[in-house]
Amino acid sequence: MLRGLAVLLVFQLAGEVLTHLFALPLPGPVVGMVLLLLALELRLPGRDGLHAASGGLLAFLSLLFVPAGVGIVRHAPRLVAESLALMASLVLSTAATLAVTGWIAARLLRRSSAPGGRA
Amino acid sequence: MTSRFVETWVYLARSPLLWLALTVSVYAAAEALYRRLGRHPLVHPVLTSVIVLATVLTASGTPYSSYFEGAQFVHFLLGPAIVALAVPLHRELHREQAMAVPLTVALLAGSVTAIVTAVATARFAGASRETLLSLAPKSATAPVAMGIAERLGGLPSLTASLVVITGVLGAVIGPALLRRLRISDPAAAGFALGVASHGLGTARAFELGETAGAFAGLGMGLNAVATALLVPALMRLLLS
Repeated sequence: MLRGLAVLLVFQLAGEVLTHLFALPLPGPVVGMVLLLLALELRLPGRDGLHAASGGLLAFLSLLFVPAGVGIVRHAPRLVAESLALMASLVLSTAATLAVTGWIAARLLRRSSAPGGRA
Repeated sequence: MTSRFVETWVYLARSPLLWLALTVSVYAAAEALYRRLGRHPLVHPVLTSVIVLATVLTASGTPYSSYFEGAQFVHFLLGPAIVALAVPLHRELHREQAMAVPLTVALLAGSVTAIVTAVATARFAGASRETLLSLAPKSATAPVAMGIAERLGGLPSLTASLVVITGVLGAVIGPALLRRLRISDPAAAGFALGVASHGLGTARAFELGETAGAFAGLGMGLNAVATALLVPALMRLLLS
């Protein structure tokens, strides 16, 4: 568990270093995720405890958004003043994105796996 | 005696411990409620936690910066959690190679839809330019979206709120909407949840199953990249 957590933090750190060195338009943790995926695919050593650490963190993924969510208190006046525009926009856009992405993915995945059936 | 209470409050309100303890325990209670009510979307634990904590801050006159001094320890774990998504992704990757083209097409269509529909609707409804710039990257995960908004001249902290609302909305309406559209493939449903609603959509997708969760994580990661690349170009068109 502790080793797994250390691995996650080291990959996040490596991601931060790369984003800054090469001025990538991506945040460090996303680059860290890609690096860890590469390391797992290449079967590099040091994966002990990684399942426990990642499972533990991902089980509480929703909790981690609460502090940013509470930040809504700083924007209460703007959110109230523009509430109609914002809610219409967020509801419509989220529903449309879910529908478009899900529909295209389902359609194309079915077609690409149609001949031999899906593994 | 009363002054003793006041003194203790004044001391605690300034220490990170109070707000850290409150954040975690309010969330634990909110999650227990969510489970008790059969995971009903309207009592999504992030929604109820944010309402309770925002009410406490407002009622006690606590500035967000004091709250965040405690809550930052929770917030910080978002970084390693995003890195951790590589683990379920790795487990699914042998299937994803054959899916590269379908998923890329779905990602691009979804990412453009997210940005264009959000900005066009809000602009039509009369939102200010600053709000539009903060709104554009709302489907990307919080740290990415905030970085994009900042570079464009939006308000990163407003973006954080809009990102969380988008995440909760996707988690609340997503599974029912996808069912209604007869999208039953867990890979497609999970991917849509991750693209539309980042980490909160991903957390919801894991409740539907391991495959849906892994594809949601993939969708979230890819949409972070796509949003960072697409928003600057699309905003030039949308705001002209």
